[in-house]
Amino acid sequence: MKIKVNLISGRTADQGAHLEAKTHKGYFDACAYCELSPADFERLGASEGSSLKVTTEFGDVVVFAKANEGNPDGLAFIPMGPWANAVLSPDTHGCGMPGFKGVPAEIEVTDEKPLDMKSLMKKYREA
Amino acid sequence: MPVVKDAVCSFCGSLCDDITVTVENNKITKIENACILGHSKFVGMLEHDRIETPMIRKDGELVPVSYEEAIEAAAKILANSRRTLSYGWCSTSCETVSGAIQLAEETGSVIDSTANVCHGPTALAAQEKGSPSATLGEIKNRADVIIFWGCNPVHAHPRHMVRYSSFSKGLFTEKGRKGRKMIVVDVRKTDTAKLADSYVEIEQGSDLLLVTALRSIVNGHEDVIPETVAGVPKAEVIELAETLKNAKFVCIFFGMGVTQSRSKYKNGDAMSSLISDLNQHTKAVMIGMRGHYNVTGFGQVATWETGFPMAIDFARGYPYYNPGETGANDLLVREEPDAAIIAAADAGAHFPQKAVRHLARIPVIQIDPYPNPTTEIADVVIPAAVVGIEAEGTAYRMDAISLRMKKLIDSKFKTDEEIVKDLTAKVRELKRGA
Repeated sequence: MKIKVNLISGRTADQGAHLEAKTHKGYFDACAYCELSPADFERLGASEGSSLKVTTEFGDVVVFAKANEGNPDGLAFIPMGPWANAVLSPDTHGCGMPGFKGVPAEIEVTDEKPLDMKSLMKKYREA
Repeated sequence: MPVVKDAVCSFCGSLCDDITVTVENNKITKIENACILGHSKFVGMLEHDRIETPMIRKDGELVPVSYEEAIEAAAKILANSRRTLSYGWCSTSCETVSGAIQLAEETGSVIDSTANVCHGPTALAAQEKGSPSATLGEIKNRADVIIFWGCNPVHAHPRHMVRYSSFSKGLFTEKGRKGRKMIVVDVRKTDTAKLADSYVEIEQGSDLLLVTALRSIVNGHEDVIPETVAGVPKAEVIELAETLKNAKFVCIFFGMGVTQSRSKYKNGDAMSSLISDLNQHTKAVMIGMRGHYNVTGFGQVATWETGFPMAIDFARGYPYYNPGETGANDLLVREEPDAAIIAAADAGAHFPQKAVRHLARIPVIQIDPYPNPTTEIADVVIPAAVVGIEAEGTAYRMDAISLRMKKLIDSKFKTDEEIVKDLTAKVRELKRGA
């Protein structure tokens, strides 16, 4: 089952508290997840901590699932960081700013596990 | 044991200057008044990984070298580059920014700040329409209606509301939170929205519609408003506009929800016009919630030294500025730079994949106290002292008030300022040699 969502990214206190500790597991826990509304969780058949594959026209990334009652249905949130940036839009619309919010994405449950920070970045060196 | 009072927290743009720090044997052992982010900054630095030594990538691996070797390798990269991107410089002092601009001029580089992925559109909006603003002290003393639009200070600027806005008590706002109306406009019910008197949930990417509708109502054209705007019922939009018009002093604090969503700088542009309209009825101002503690300082220093706040291209021998062309991400996506220097910021973590892919292909020099995703794609890594803890310097708060950061403990690491100076001297030496 795949669902279509509108993907945004942003800051969280945990992500911020690990901004200078990005090699720690705490940073991975703070950033490698995707928040969805409880109804979207149900539509996906996901449970807290399931792996989700998030795909956009710019790439795909595997992150953990989190439910957030504050999210309206159809809106997905990934904290800012390298996991979010694997799938966000590089297009700046000619004003310098990439598309960090409002990217159409597809989400499905997967058996794959999210990559840790170093493994994720290693893919860029090998590309 | 030395207790330092009124230390400045060098984390976010709130730049809280009331931190009490206890230092024992050159270690920070106690911290008072800081939020979760500040606590992690001051105390966490002794627990986090540091970049322990300068490094150069050899056969795919970063290997330890001396400062001199790292500076020489970095200078060679810069001297041989035809198109260098210099990026970041926002978690550091204004003195370092000044040196970085000099280095960019010397090497004909493009220099850009983290505003490129943050409040860059706010700078463009200010250039289009102006930015009617005030100090945070004015807000604390006067604002009776406070809007947080597309920002979430509970998470990103945790002490902002207590020190400067919703909960603070000032000269004409002695009742504090009870005497202020707090409104949140956002696309999801954030922890900040949960504290608001009124939460206006809009459809993602439709900020411009709501700002435009508010302007219409404030200017007496309520009749043109459709039944819903940005997903918000007309009655709610009218109520919001009336609240703004009838306030004594309005401040709209805005964040990435405004600058990164569809319409980007046009959102800030329209908001500036709304503020201007409101000033026909009452007093109103706007302030961007700046992220890195000295991204505002970068804009200040760059503007007084080059005439432009960011995305400054020195390739022609004089400063040239066109953010959609000379912005860090536009350059990388066009695969234009053949080398990059990234300092006091983390492009590896915070740029979209296409930009990071190009960075991974070119020589990258990193200057930072901490290892991060940029380290993983860097070729020369130069560790720096932590400004505001191990080095002093000047930073600008989000309302463009300058504050002096203190040095609290000694460090074995060179400061950003020293590294930039050494690097510039080495580049000049290499160029003269050539």
